Amino acid sequence: MSGELVKLLSDLKEPEALAFVEKALGGGVDPVDLLGETKEGMNIVGQRFASQEYFIPDLVFSGEILKGINKMLEPHLKKREEAGRLGKVIMGTVAGDIHDIGKDLVVFMLDVNGYEVMDLGVDVPAQKFVDTIKDTGSTVVGLSGFLTLAYDSMKQTIEAMNDAGLRDKAKVMIGGGQITEEIRKYTGADAYGKDAMEAVKLAKGWI
Amino acid sequence: MEKKWEEMSSDEKQEAQLQKWLSPKDPEGNDLQFQSPQAEKAFKERATRLKDAIQMKKRPDRVPVFTIYGFFPALYAGFTPQEVMYDYDKCNIAWKKYVLDFAPDGHIGPWVPGPGKLFDILDYKLYKWPGHGVSPEYGYQCNEGEYMKADEYDAFIDDPSNFYSNIYLPRIFGALEHFTTPHIADVLEMYGAGLNFIPYGVPPVQAAYKALLEAGNEALKYIGVVGACNNELAAAGFPTFWDGPAKAPFDMIGDTLRGTKGIMVDMYRQPDKLLKAMEVMTPLVVKNAVAGAKVGGVPIVAVVMHKGADGFLSDEQYKKFYWPTFRRVLMGLIAEGIVPFCFAEGGYNSRLEIIRDLPKGKVIWWLDRTDMAKAKEVLGDVACIGGNLPPGLLAVGTPQQVKDYTKKLIDTCAKGGGYILGNGTVMEQAKPENLHAMIDTAKEYGVYK
Repeated sequence: MSGELVKLLSDLKEPEALAFVEKALGGGVDPVDLLGETKEGMNIVGQRFASQEYFIPDLVFSGEILKGINKMLEPHLKKREEAGRLGKVIMGTVAGDIHDIGKDLVVFMLDVNGYEVMDLGVDVPAQKFVDTIKDTGSTVVGLSGFLTLAYDSMKQTIEAMNDAGLRDKAKVMIGGGQITEEIRKYTGADAYGKDAMEAVKLAKGWI
Repeated sequence: MEKKWEEMSSDEKQEAQLQKWLSPKDPEGNDLQFQSPQAEKAFKERATRLKDAIQMKKRPDRVPVFTIYGFFPALYAGFTPQEVMYDYDKCNIAWKKYVLDFAPDGHIGPWVPGPGKLFDILDYKLYKWPGHGVSPEYGYQCNEGEYMKADEYDAFIDDPSNFYSNIYLPRIFGALEHFTTPHIADVLEMYGAGLNFIPYGVPPVQAAYKALLEAGNEALKYIGVVGACNNELAAAGFPTFWDGPAKAPFDMIGDTLRGTKGIMVDMYRQPDKLLKAMEVMTPLVVKNAVAGAKVGGVPIVAVVMHKGADGFLSDEQYKKFYWPTFRRVLMGLIAEGIVPFCFAEGGYNSRLEIIRDLPKGKVIWWLDRTDMAKAKEVLGDVACIGGNLPPGLLAVGTPQQVKDYTKKLIDTCAKGGGYILGNGTVMEQAKPENLHAMIDTAKEYGVYK
């Protein structure tokens, strides 16, 4: 039976996956094992997304299935296991910009690849990034932005890190619809990524 | 004798529409008075250049140049986005100044800012706008949400108009929360007909109608100022190149009905209903855009595309969910002689072979981050292409870099015509000298010899 949930989840079989979890819980299967299987399943979803076998709808739908499974598992779990995370990454869409699709993809991919992600949401003031770096000691920060006006917000966020004496403590990656090498230089970021997979690669290199 | 409209082929209709565009009218319906014979000559040259690029029957005299922008004209004129949304004179000044200073071959009209006060009155929920959720220095942005619920497809499919009026409008405009319209079947007999009007006596419903009246007054105030912009620019020699708008049914549902997440989950949980809803929507989109183009006198309809870009859908998903109804919208517009200006935000590399499947010389593909050499190779013999110059380069690059990029684009795409030079996606900020470099390079380097 082991591995079946991995397959159902990674193949995006929603009714089958939920039915399987219900039956397994009824049959006395350890919910921690099931949780492990969902993690493995989501990791495969991430791999398939990276290899362009899956696209955004598939990723979004896998998240929905996972939500359903977690809802069933949660009453049976004492507390969420968060051990074995590779490192902390701070993510957010910069001040003035409320676009979240790209940012959410990066959060998803970092998460399924084993990173603990602090998602600060959208329209995040520079100070909030600074405070979060201080509070968490995270060494990787991802700034997302869709609008061309986000260039200046990214630049200001990185300057705020400088002013707070944190710039050499954390690496900064930027990404979004209109980010190029010129924009990376303009903002003072360490690197930019053109998709969510590159964000994972960058985080791996830095942590 | 002139052929009747319904007897004309789509070729003839397009020619007639574009000819009409080449000879603009004033608001009274008389021939527009140009500022000078030179302005008239310049108008015709610019419009003809764009027309030739679209139709691909002959090569234009040079590569036409066209720019797309959000609030750039406001910032360039020294105003904030908030100022041009609330002070209509400032909007008018800024949008005219942009066109007169940079002199592109066509412009998009002054409709980007929109009347801020009207949105205040109606408490518009779909967007955040400057001073109303985003800072005065930023443009408006969409609030992602499920404005149509997952279980409302049937209501939409059964009667889209009723869904819009009585469910959707009350949801997206706070002031129209209690808006309602009577069902026409109930007033066909005098017996009982009066009962239908009881809701209009109820204070919350009356408040909704009062808000609508106020919004109407504000809209008139707005159009009274900004409405003159396109005519004044035409009189100065600059044709409007965008009207409409139309959208792909998938984007209509995915953007502001079900939302990105909603539609993507529906692709799995209720694909048939999603497909059916898009089918129902298709003729309505065409009808709206055709009517809009008639009012504005501009037969080039902007079709802004979002969720069919590279990465958003697999090829299989694109072919199943996005392209069929989108193509029908395009064909519906083409049949009426309208030129769809399809603005593909993001990359469209994986879709080029699919979108090739349209009649020649009928549509413009405005590409953002697509490989232009590949686009020219795949689409070059059937459709006009344009775009791609990165807004980031305009924002932080040097004039020389912009000049080099522009030349490279012309070298790659201009051969044989069917090409319009311009920036790949909406710019908000740019260095004026960079914009001049782009436009002037097109005018000098883009001459066909």
